[in-house]
Amino acid sequence: MTGRSEQAIQVRELRKTYVVPEREGGLAAAARSLVRRRTREVPAVAGISFDVAPGEIVGFLGPNGAGKTTTLKVLSGLLHPTSGEVTALGHVPWQRETAFLRRMTLIMGQRNQLAWDIPVVDSFDLNRAIYQIPAAEYRQRVKELVELLELEELLRKPVRNLSLGERMKCEVAGSLLHRPDVLFLDEPTIGLDVTMQRRIRNFIAHYTQRTGATTLLTSHYMADVEALCRRVLVIHHGQLLYDGDLAGLVTRFSPHKTIVIDLEPSGPAVDGRIEALVGSPDWVVSHAEDRLTLRVPRSETAAVTTRLLANLQVADVIVEEPPIDEVIDLVFAAGPADAQAKDAR
Amino acid sequence: MRGLPLRQLVDVYRAKFRAEIALQFAYRWALAIWLLGLLLQPIVYLVVWTTVARSQGGTVGGFSARDFAAYFTIFMVVNQLTFTWHYWEFEWRVRQGFFSPLLLRPIHPLHNDLAENVTFKLLTFTVVAPVAVLLLVTFNASLNPSPWQVLAFLPALVFAFALRFLLEWTLALAAFWLTRVTAINQAYYLAVVFLSGQMAPLELLPEAVQVIAAVLPFRWMVAFPVETVLGRLSPMEVAVGLAAQLIWIGLALGLLRFGWRAGVRRYSAVGA
Repeated sequence: MTGRSEQAIQVRELRKTYVVPEREGGLAAAARSLVRRRTREVPAVAGISFDVAPGEIVGFLGPNGAGKTTTLKVLSGLLHPTSGEVTALGHVPWQRETAFLRRMTLIMGQRNQLAWDIPVVDSFDLNRAIYQIPAAEYRQRVKELVELLELEELLRKPVRNLSLGERMKCEVAGSLLHRPDVLFLDEPTIGLDVTMQRRIRNFIAHYTQRTGATTLLTSHYMADVEALCRRVLVIHHGQLLYDGDLAGLVTRFSPHKTIVIDLEPSGPAVDGRIEALVGSPDWVVSHAEDRLTLRVPRSETAAVTTRLLANLQVADVIVEEPPIDEVIDLVFAAGPADAQAKDAR
Repeated sequence: MRGLPLRQLVDVYRAKFRAEIALQFAYRWALAIWLLGLLLQPIVYLVVWTTVARSQGGTVGGFSARDFAAYFTIFMVVNQLTFTWHYWEFEWRVRQGFFSPLLLRPIHPLHNDLAENVTFKLLTFTVVAPVAVLLLVTFNASLNPSPWQVLAFLPALVFAFALRFLLEWTLALAAFWLTRVTAINQAYYLAVVFLSGQMAPLELLPEAVQVIAAVLPFRWMVAFPVETVLGRLSPMEVAVGLAAQLIWIGLALGLLRFGWRAGVRRYSAVGA
């Protein structure tokens, strides 16, 4: 690990436990709760540690309630953690120092930050004043954002008259006017159509590339993560299951690869020999006409492919990783204990 | 408060002002109806009390019908310039998480509300002022302040606004701890109506109530500037009043700082 000051974000043993009131349904329970409130502790983040280097773009993966949003809120200073140490750009986020707030942004796909009733451009102007952006620079940035995100038509409309996609584009633009060095993006593309998702995604890629901003992104859309993040953190039940590159995640959690072989139609019949050649009948997913689909343990992939190529008249062969969504499903299905058992580090 | 340099702060207020003006014009009918209600309330008091005065042979506790006309008209103006509404919005802000965007900005959320408030006041004052003049003339109000009283009225008014804004913003912070604050707000609102001189001049209320209104901040939030410009106070009383206002402003600032810190801690502990 590199020295402390070289990291844009450092998280050590972060824990956040919510205390929530709890009572059963019904009148009697309601009356009892008047006298004595019962509360329950809900651990949202249960001791996670990681670093993010300046300029890195990290994807945060996990099912609903895994602790992703809680972590982002701690990092952006909205939440006090229960315990643990966090620094972002050298600041303790929840102290909310001006110097920190001016250098970061949190974009939440499910929450508005632009004022609802006033035209977008007025909200932008307010941000200009709050973040003290020099007038010339401000004009330049707005012009650029308007071009990149095609906002021209939207600027004079009140936010409440915009569609979800239009609003999100304006939210993103407004949140980046002050050129933050750290971006926290919580489901920035949620609820958007595929085209709009791609547009927002491309824009974020463009921004981070240009400014070298450090970025932490959560999304339910794997496409977002695949397009933007080389590194992912997988979090489940408040614990970190995986920290590494996206490709490594597949290798670690998916023990199989898929081999699809197209046979020459003119070749000899192969029915009887298939199972012997493949190695195990369990590995054959389907065998129809001229196409053979196999699911083979990762370590056997090369050997099986070589055997089949040597012994069959093959027209085409494809060796595939399983779709990333499937892998993620596998990780979450396995749960923290299993997944950590796999962690060989 | 957390700091922007003054010049930038002015810039923020100007931007907020522009946006807010546009907003108020967008909702001009709502604004007009709201204003009507605001103006009607003191007119009701005014009519009731001038009628009472006339039926009692001209005066009630030293207030003639023309004195009441002056009192309630000036009270309307002062009340309009000093009132705040933000404590009614805090519950919703906290519950719906609308505080989060405000907390993420490098400026204290108080500025947002203050700018909003001042803009609204400037805008509505253009209606309230002519209405006040109209009322003064129609009811032949007796308003003859001497120059020093007018001079003292200005700081008294500014301090009254500062005090009311700070205290009511502090009251609003209760929403960080309680999920429902409407009951508290109602109780507070009633106290203001009664103890700040809105229903009747404090002089006409029982001695005990007058003492309570003066010991608590209520008198200093509205009644005091009104009494000053109406010429009902001696120079000494005005000086004491201004001092009382400053002391309360200091206390309110301290309370606000403390409450704000604790409130934000609480907000960020339970989940924003």
